[in-house]
Amino acid sequence: MVGILEDKDRIFTNLYGFHDWTLEGAKSRGAWNATRDMLDLGRDWIIANVKNSGLRGRGGAGFGTGLKWSFMPKEVKDRPHYLVVNADESEPGTCKDREIMRHDPQLLIEGCLIASFAMQAHACYIYLRGEYVLERERMEAAVKQAYEAKLIGKNNVHGWDFDVYIHHGAGAYICGEETALLESLEGKKGQPRLKPPFPAGAGLYGCPTTVNNVESIAVVGTILRRGAEWFAGFGRPNNTGTKIMSISGHVNRPCNVEEAMSIPLRQLLEDHCGGVRGGWDNLKAIIPGGSSVPLITREMSETALMDFDSLREMRSGLGTAAVIVMDQSTDLVRAIARISYFYKHESCGQCTPCREGTGWMWRVLERMAVGEADPSEIDLLLEVSTQIEGHTICALGDAAAWPVQGLIRHFRHEIEERISSYRSRRANFAGHAIAAE
Amino acid sequence: MSVRRLAKVQPASFAFSKATKAKCDWWIAKYPADRRQSAVIPILWLVQKQEGWCPEPALRAIAELLGMPYIRVLEVATFYTMFMLEPVGSAALIQVCGTTPCMLRGAGELMDVCKKKIGPKDVLSADGRFTWQEVECLGACANAPMAQINDYYFEDLTADSMAQIIDDFAAGKKPKPGSRIGRTSSEPEGGALTLTDPKLYDGSAAKKIKKLPNSDPVTA
Repeated sequence: MVGILEDKDRIFTNLYGFHDWTLEGAKSRGAWNATRDMLDLGRDWIIANVKNSGLRGRGGAGFGTGLKWSFMPKEVKDRPHYLVVNADESEPGTCKDREIMRHDPQLLIEGCLIASFAMQAHACYIYLRGEYVLERERMEAAVKQAYEAKLIGKNNVHGWDFDVYIHHGAGAYICGEETALLESLEGKKGQPRLKPPFPAGAGLYGCPTTVNNVESIAVVGTILRRGAEWFAGFGRPNNTGTKIMSISGHVNRPCNVEEAMSIPLRQLLEDHCGGVRGGWDNLKAIIPGGSSVPLITREMSETALMDFDSLREMRSGLGTAAVIVMDQSTDLVRAIARISYFYKHESCGQCTPCREGTGWMWRVLERMAVGEADPSEIDLLLEVSTQIEGHTICALGDAAAWPVQGLIRHFRHEIEERISSYRSRRANFAGHAIAAE
Repeated sequence: MSVRRLAKVQPASFAFSKATKAKCDWWIAKYPADRRQSAVIPILWLVQKQEGWCPEPALRAIAELLGMPYIRVLEVATFYTMFMLEPVGSAALIQVCGTTPCMLRGAGELMDVCKKKIGPKDVLSADGRFTWQEVECLGACANAPMAQINDYYFEDLTADSMAQIIDDFAAGKKPKPGSRIGRTSSEPEGGALTLTDPKLYDGSAAKKIKKLPNSDPVTA
């Protein structure tokens, strides 16, 4: 057996699309089994069991899913409740929701019904990133099949009137931020809202709304079918369950795989991906949770566990469990500069520290990648990154700052060497470029 | 942020085709009656499918259709980078992912091929048949490097396979999307190591569950 998790405990049994994605195929693998019974047991039962399972949001922040649901108003007053599923998967390194939507869409639709019932919502919007055209076509087809089988819709077999609508964006990373997503869904630019009010109070169209990640919703049906304890039995306390991990970069065989939380990072790479290209010793650094989290070194990767707490202790994060592996051949300064370019490109432009800061950091890093900088600018860059972090409406500013901080924290020597080798190549060193752009 | 402006040369008029209009109505019906504006992104996309890009008169037509100010449509069209504000290649719009996970696995080589075969990025080729762009993470990182071409993903590319794909489009063929090294999706190359237990697929999971776990009434 490879890894920790056994096949019998995998939720996404069609992760790779080897089997039938249609309703019939999904049912044969267990989807929609006893869904009516779950609804009959009531809202409180569903929320309590999701809480007991320890499920934490799979979109990056890791907030307790059951707890989030319990923030919705207990009674429906004049405004309808909405569930919005965040399928705007755009965090560099992350490619898991895509596999759920094109290969196991019924698990997602079933989860939408259960979650919406638990929050007394009669309508759910699934917001896909615009680039996922195939995934959207698949989801539309799957929703149609669910309607035709009367699993959802008016007067469906589950006794809870419920509509699912597929919506899509058009290429804006920021729309993965929940309030920007709501703005976008309302037909506006994707610029995050100030909180409070939180979406549970005033979200889509000003109505109580909960926004959840695709994976968080798609696992709910199976958790209730197999029991909260079953799910909670994987991983360490506070980090329970199974999780799809996306491994990209310099491993021999990049892939997606559903594994138990808290699997040692090294075991994940060696069991599932054929190890680091050129062997473990050829490893330089790993970004363990999507581009927003600081990188960790080989020494840290040795002992890191793929869970929220272990990676937080290393001043990084689990994020979306998107592992980006970089071997010794990697020009780390350039790799992080490319990430900075990404954030510069994706900043919505609303808050000055982020709009101006992301571009500034990118330009400085581009110079550092060549060596055309002054050593004192390393500290300046660090200082500026802390001025961006925490000073913006949404977390994009933080997400842009962290990778840069991680680079300086662990690989400052690389930047310094780059600068000194650049200078040593020049006989006449005419002052230094000051970061005055 | 990226600075995006409308093209200088614009057509005089725009009309929804019958098929596009029908699809617009289908989208509008997804939202509450007083929230038609929600359909603006999907409708801009439909217009782009019809015209190949988003011309200015179309933005005005969409504003009228959805009962929203023109400036709001303009904002959306310029904010979201998937909307092409000037004409793009008629044979193929090639969007190579250049973000770090793809960069680590050779996206640079793909872009070199594009540069050589098509010309500078973001510029319509001389014959009007190709445009290539570098775009940000497309969310297929386990199949890097990759490119989105006219809607669909071409994955696990090399300089050679990228060149082949461009040649195929140039010859009027329709190359099949997907992995270029024989993967079905994002399973490890050479075959899946997990999800091999036949019991998962024998239908046993569909047997009606008699009693859900934890479903006993709580007794004090």
